[in-house]
Amino acid sequence: MNPFGSYLLSVVTFLPLLGAAIIAGLNSEAKGNARWVALWTTLLTFLISLLVWTGFDKANPGFQFVEEYAWLGPIRYKMGVDGISMLFVILTTFLMPLCILASWESVEERVKEYMIAFLVLETLMIGVFCALDLVLFYLFFEGGLIPMFIIIGVWGGKRRVYASFKFFLYTLLGSVLMLLAMMAIYWQAGTTDIPTLIDRVKLPAEMQWWLWLAFFASFAVKMPMWPVHTWLPDAHVEAPTAGSVILAAVLLKMGGYGFLRFSVPMFPLASQELAPLVFALSIVAIIYTSLVALAQEDIKKLIAYSSVAHMGYVTMGIFTMTQQGLDGAIFQMLSHGLVSAALFLCVGVIYDRMHTRDIEAYGGLADRMPIYAFCFMVFTMANVGLPGTSGFIGEFLTLVGAFKVNTWVAFFATSGVILSAAYALWLYRRVVFGRLEKPSLRAIADMGPREVAVMGPLVALTILFGFYPAPILDVTAVSVKKLVANYETAVKAPRQAAVELPRR
Amino acid sequence: MAHLASYAPLYPELVLAIGAMALLMYGVARPETEPEAAKIGWLALLLLIVAGYLVISAGGPASLFGGAFVDDGFARFMKLLTLVGAAGALFLSFDDLRASRTLKFEYPVLLLLATCGMLLMISANDLVSLYLGLELQSLALYVIAAFRRDDVRSSEAGLKYFVLGALSSGMLLYGASLLYGFAGTTSFSGIGKAAAAAGASPSLLLILGLVFLFVGLAFKISAVPFHMWTPDVYQGAPTPVTAFFAAAPKVAAMALLVRVVATAFPAIKPQWQQIVWFLAITSMLLGAFAAIGQTNIKRLMAYSSIANMGYALVGLAAGTGEGIQGVLIYLAIYVVMTLGVFACILSMRRQDAPVEDIDELAGLAQTNLPMAFALGMFMFSMAGIPPLAGFFAKFYAFLPAIKAGLYPLAVIGVIASVIGAYYYLRIVKIMFFDEPKPGFEPVRLKDGAVMTLSLVFVLAFVAPFIAAPVVEAAAAAARSIAP
Repeated sequence: MNPFGSYLLSVVTFLPLLGAAIIAGLNSEAKGNARWVALWTTLLTFLISLLVWTGFDKANPGFQFVEEYAWLGPIRYKMGVDGISMLFVILTTFLMPLCILASWESVEERVKEYMIAFLVLETLMIGVFCALDLVLFYLFFEGGLIPMFIIIGVWGGKRRVYASFKFFLYTLLGSVLMLLAMMAIYWQAGTTDIPTLIDRVKLPAEMQWWLWLAFFASFAVKMPMWPVHTWLPDAHVEAPTAGSVILAAVLLKMGGYGFLRFSVPMFPLASQELAPLVFALSIVAIIYTSLVALAQEDIKKLIAYSSVAHMGYVTMGIFTMTQQGLDGAIFQMLSHGLVSAALFLCVGVIYDRMHTRDIEAYGGLADRMPIYAFCFMVFTMANVGLPGTSGFIGEFLTLVGAFKVNTWVAFFATSGVILSAAYALWLYRRVVFGRLEKPSLRAIADMGPREVAVMGPLVALTILFGFYPAPILDVTAVSVKKLVANYETAVKAPRQAAVELPRR
Repeated sequence: MAHLASYAPLYPELVLAIGAMALLMYGVARPETEPEAAKIGWLALLLLIVAGYLVISAGGPASLFGGAFVDDGFARFMKLLTLVGAAGALFLSFDDLRASRTLKFEYPVLLLLATCGMLLMISANDLVSLYLGLELQSLALYVIAAFRRDDVRSSEAGLKYFVLGALSSGMLLYGASLLYGFAGTTSFSGIGKAAAAAGASPSLLLILGLVFLFVGLAFKISAVPFHMWTPDVYQGAPTPVTAFFAAAPKVAAMALLVRVVATAFPAIKPQWQQIVWFLAITSMLLGAFAAIGQTNIKRLMAYSSIANMGYALVGLAAGTGEGIQGVLIYLAIYVVMTLGVFACILSMRRQDAPVEDIDELAGLAQTNLPMAFALGMFMFSMAGIPPLAGFFAKFYAFLPAIKAGLYPLAVIGVIASVIGAYYYLRIVKIMFFDEPKPGFEPVRLKDGAVMTLSLVFVLAFVAPFIAAPVVEAAAAAARSIAP
């Protein structure tokens, strides 16, 4: 089997923390050492996490690699993954070495602390996806705020202080409401064990409404959904490149994961009744933020708004509660994780050279940077959702799911595809195509071997999953089917009772 | 001497009281030099440790003096916490008092007497012994607040504390007299029985007595609106004294409050719940908003301690045994965090003079990363961010409130904690994000030791071998007072 036995998930989760402890003991002047230790730690974590994928039983809809220890009485330390969460763990461990590599030369100040912050963040992110206890989940979920706050605030751009505070307080406000809801669940159900809550506990219909709204407060901010998305452009723009990558690729997915793990399975009645709200907000997100992206002059801000738009597809897909919609939402999250990470890395490449993110400052880069132009093109096409890239599969499946439920929702969402083509292609044209006229760009160098090493895997995976999505869809299929089936049963059964209960 | 053994539950207080007086006489007899004062300080610390040992090794629950003094699991937990707070504060005070040339032997003696008063308060099961312990504690605290005789702010702090404290003690006595008038006895259990026997509509005498008693106690825990003394006294008093104020007396006063409502007033729970509810909400909100504009770190910690008491009161407002458990866990974590933060504040020195401006912490992460990391972790912990200990404190305090259905209270509480998170984050921001100011002097050994121990506790609380025993002990203590 695997050499770590049942401890595999704990090893994958806490190995980066061990790396951080090692780096903490290093000399502050030894920047190179810190970078190499971080790189080896993240690579090792990635390789070990692959054992999770290879050992994963695709036919089993339940939780696997489960480990459980006593902790605080009825609150136990429980870790496990199922088809929904497993691939997010892999996404996280895959992207971290790329982040470390991308920061190799761009971070020169306080490198040791930078690597420690990233490794601690990795531990907390993996823990979010593996946690099978409410309090443990909350611990990892909220704990990630601390390293991200430090990363944005210390190594970020001009308005980093404002951005880091906004990010922290916005997310904290939503999450404490979720904490209260978790306490209420603990009181009502007597347990904080997630598998038990999903499978065996039926919460009263009225309580489900309030709990759903409290959890929604947290996940909507995290995703982010319109109108609580305003922290994202600031945080993304001001964060250092690798910080933006991890924020867009992984931290945003925690919101979607939260909907999949908590809102839909535990509060099915409320989910059904509030789905129209989510659809409305998703469509506004898709269309409005795409239009805002068209008006941007800062590359990173444009990509940030495009992230919000793509998350709109995810929330729409999730709340269709169909196999295609949910599969598509998960696929879209994973694909967006790769694509937006890559786009931010692309911005990072030219920012490292020119130290500006203004679209105005660029133009005609294809002349001197052909490799870069190629990579950027692949990811732009994936952003648009061109068939042949992974971006298409996710969008298509969510639109199919939406069409099954409500054709108007699907109609408006599809118009978002046109808008995303508009801003993405226009950005690409302004930055890469055209004539290289600006004197400042005359000497710009193409991507070096390190940067190609970072981009290469992303390009490969984007195209691979565009043509062959089976590895991902096979993993998620069975767990999603179980989720849909449980939802259908829960919604049909107390339909009568749900109608009779007074609603306030 | 067969009588002596029957006073076994009283041994900790006896050790402290007799020890304090013995040290006082010894100090008077010896020359007034710093080494002598330091010697007395160490002896006082030893006495605190001995008292702690006696508290833990006591036998079963017992009560003395006709039920006026009770020693049960709850009392032991709180006494231990108080002694930890007092010992930590005393340990931190040596170097700072030496640096400001106020290391005199009276300080440890007064601290011992204050601690003795606190232990008496915690064990008090009678209005008279309550007042006895309260006054013993308060008078000693008034004096050490003004300990730096040549500093006008210290004298101002002592005077303000004394005047307002005397006023609140007067109100407390008035309430006590009303309760005596109602029940015919000063014992808490007697009052409880009388209140229960009074039937459905509680007498006006009882309610008024309750309110005035609460006024006096709320002053001691600096709950809003009786908090006005806290910022000025905390800022003006010498920093080790502030550390002592923030840690130990709060625990004792909270213990007293809990015992009073659990033993004397269970019959009028709806009434005192309303008062606690109000105190909690106003304390949390004021503590959150008022600290935002502060520039002095001791003043900020004063408002932070007001907010913290508000969060602890949320647990009490639930009115259940679990609520009391929440209060106990909160106080335990709060004492450790507070000692850690004050160890950091005491380390803020330039040219051997203390620095109290928050802006002076700028760039500390680049001049002294371990201290910045420690203070940063304490700040995040006070904001209630997991996986630090402060999160569990808030979790266990708010959980009973949710279980009791006090949803508005809980929601206001968490919103207040988000608002409060702003000023804790501001300190982290100043230390980590800002350009460095000239560094501080190297951290002294004693400050560093307390800082490290607190940091380890705050970081490692999440581990089962630390969290579970604390939670269990608090549960057992709560059961002994509210079965």
